[in-house]
Amino acid sequence: MRLLKIVPDNTNIDFVRLRYWAFGLTTLLTIAAIALVVVNKLNMGVDFVGGIMIEEKFQVPPDVEKVRSVIDGLHFGDAQIQTVGDQKTLSIRLPRPDTADDAATNRIVNAVSAALEKNFAGAQFSKQDAVSGKVSGELVWSGILAVAVAVLLIGLFAIFRFEWQFGVSTVVAIVHDVLMTMGFFALTHLEFDLNIVAAVLTIIGYSINDKIVIDDRIRENMRRYRKMDMREIINLSVNETLPRTVMTSLTILLALFALLIFGGHVLRGFTAAMILGVIVGTYSSIYVSSSLLITLGLRAEPTPDKPGKPDVSRGAERVAPDER
Amino acid sequence: MLDFPRWKVLSIFGLLAVLMALAIPSFFSEDQVKHWPVHPRINLGLDLAGGSYLLLEADTTQLTTDRINQMADAVATSMRKAPQIDIGDVTSSDGKVSFMLRNVGQLEDARQRLSQMTTGVGTTGQRNWDIQVVDSTRFVLTPTKAGIDEAVDGAMSGATEVVRRRIDSLGTREPTIIRSGSTRIIVQVPGLQDPTALKTLLGKTAKLEFKLVDTTADSAKLAIGQAPIGDQILPYPGAPGGASYIGYPAANPQSGQPAKPPVIAVRRAAIITGQDLTSASVQNDPQTNAPVVGFQFNTEGGKRFARTTQENVGKPFAIILDGNVISAPNIETPILGGSGVIQGGFTFQSANDLAIQLKSGALPVALKVIEERTVGPDLGKDSINAGIKASIIAVVLVVLFMLVTYGRFGLYANYAVVINVVVIMGVLAVLNGTLTLPGIAGFVLTIGTAVDANVLINERIREERRRGRSVIQSVELGYKEASRTIFEANMTHAISGLVMLMLGSGPVKGFAVVLLIGIATSVFTAVTFTRMLVVMWLRKHRPQTINI
Repeated sequence: MRLLKIVPDNTNIDFVRLRYWAFGLTTLLTIAAIALVVVNKLNMGVDFVGGIMIEEKFQVPPDVEKVRSVIDGLHFGDAQIQTVGDQKTLSIRLPRPDTADDAATNRIVNAVSAALEKNFAGAQFSKQDAVSGKVSGELVWSGILAVAVAVLLIGLFAIFRFEWQFGVSTVVAIVHDVLMTMGFFALTHLEFDLNIVAAVLTIIGYSINDKIVIDDRIRENMRRYRKMDMREIINLSVNETLPRTVMTSLTILLALFALLIFGGHVLRGFTAAMILGVIVGTYSSIYVSSSLLITLGLRAEPTPDKPGKPDVSRGAERVAPDER
Repeated sequence: MLDFPRWKVLSIFGLLAVLMALAIPSFFSEDQVKHWPVHPRINLGLDLAGGSYLLLEADTTQLTTDRINQMADAVATSMRKAPQIDIGDVTSSDGKVSFMLRNVGQLEDARQRLSQMTTGVGTTGQRNWDIQVVDSTRFVLTPTKAGIDEAVDGAMSGATEVVRRRIDSLGTREPTIIRSGSTRIIVQVPGLQDPTALKTLLGKTAKLEFKLVDTTADSAKLAIGQAPIGDQILPYPGAPGGASYIGYPAANPQSGQPAKPPVIAVRRAAIITGQDLTSASVQNDPQTNAPVVGFQFNTEGGKRFARTTQENVGKPFAIILDGNVISAPNIETPILGGSGVIQGGFTFQSANDLAIQLKSGALPVALKVIEERTVGPDLGKDSINAGIKASIIAVVLVVLFMLVTYGRFGLYANYAVVINVVVIMGVLAVLNGTLTLPGIAGFVLTIGTAVDANVLINERIREERRRGRSVIQSVELGYKEASRTIFEANMTHAISGLVMLMLGSGPVKGFAVVLLIGIATSVFTAVTFTRMLVVMWLRKHRPQTINI
């Protein structure tokens, strides 16, 4: 049986030569992403701005305008209504009531449910979130903190295991990935909620995973071919790991598309973020982080082995493949 | 390379078998596995099982004010004891208690009595109140931070207990009630359709007090907020009209309606409080058939109530709930039986709620719902079904993809993936973990990432084969070189997982748990387990070439 090879053997693409193009494109896209977030704003979910979100399931796809007029008739403020998942489910978002009285939230939810059940036979409430301003503020901060701590710790890990250049290039690449994801959410106006923070953290973990594999190969090749020019080493390493990079991204994308299509509407935003993150992360692994190592001045000369890194020194003594 | 001792093979199979067996009870219903000797099961999160999540926060400002007022009362009482220390100008404002000493010679005595009233706080070395003397005659008592924290902590422990008792009265299955931080309580009630009843129950502190009404108070003075010394003014929304001792605030000139409810003056000291109750229940008033709340005092409270009612026949007493007078009946005859009823225009539901609240005790602090999430059982079921479907499709796609790409080596990786999914469930069950919807996403993602280890290994084997190494050498190097990379790559993944676990909230945590378990188990299944399979095959067939 002939096996499938998505990336042909012994590719020799000059990724390093493409780096200025890649840097230019990356900078442009990153600026575009930031601009989108600033201008278009993120569609923050109730988790982060507070408010009430009610999900209502109808027997038949309802007329959204009629639902809107029913809700508006209750005078609870500006309602955002959209269909989610199949056409039978609507999410209705209402601003948080101004009073300190928590029974107010209850009244709103009950009034909405009652009004919908009266006007649409068989309408059924399926989910309800009410988040106060205090909690939403905390959730925003804990989300930002979590992302920042994750980026920092992983950067430190890369510096500790490799050289400082690896740490810096990895952190730059992740920040790029995170910004691109935010830009995607600003562009599509998909709801940005707690689950998306989990997605962003996973993207960070995945993207680093990808970069570590390439960095690891660069380090190995630096010790194997001590005389080789850094550009060549990086090109060789990226090319050698290319089949793995593509294979892994594809398998994860396969799993994620299964989740996107069959996993139900609650997870749709999460999955969309992950899919984008995997694509962006793969791109930044190949084009951004490794090429950045040259710009940061990584040298092929072996630095004195740091103490406490046993397998690094063992790797240095390993014989080159041609000698066997 | 080919050296893979039998004991190792057996222990790998044994370990995986045990971990997989632990997942079995999760596939059955709870009743079916009840009699099994061990039956760890994965708990379903509220987003899958349906139910309500409430985050309650205590309003501690009232607690600190009450504490200062109580201290002021305690100081006054203590100084009155023989030999009396003469004090005046007792105030309890600005978060402090202060009073003046009329006789400077009693300064040391007063200080001694005060220091007996304060206590040390735990191991902090601080006392709960700070005593200062200003201008040699004025004492100022300021609550210390440690003292306040201790009081809040005590109140929160009490509040958690009360919340638990009230929720238990709803008869729901396995509610979770835990304290979170210094002033919050998390309540999770699975399978609850409508959180309104729950919130109504928790919405009241239900502090019940019986106090004597001061009938000497003047209606007109009460209306403008003046009460006789030693009295307190309380709102009395359901007050009858025309009583000489009830103040009726002036009507609002625009609406013609009174701006505030009527008020009544009561003695500060309570005859009896909610703590003296042993039971409460809904009854029907024999005359009007309206729902009323009947209650029973404990022995000591019953005696005290009997004595007071004997001494005050013909006078009214006030039944006060959370600072509002709900009724102020006249004492027609002494009440000796140690029981009574509260009338207050209840519906059956509100009478039942009050009975539950009285039975479960008053909340030491008022609680506010600051976050609330409810998922209906249907959505939960839909989510589980969609999650299972997505997981199965993801597994099938990944398995096929690995098979066509790596052949036999892909097949071994596939065994590892499938085993890994079951093992994660087993570990999750043993850790008594909770599976949430994002957790299912974590499963699907783990299916994708777990094969990464095998991709790394297999690609490395391909590479080494291209370099012209023998089959055994290639496999050996493939596993050896890839292992280091796999370790490092999984470390970074674990870091982001740990950050999620520590800093994330609810759903994010559920995701992180599955992700972390998946990282740990996938390294074992994808590296150790597949290596064993490959070695067993190589040893048996000694192939000269491999299709990879």
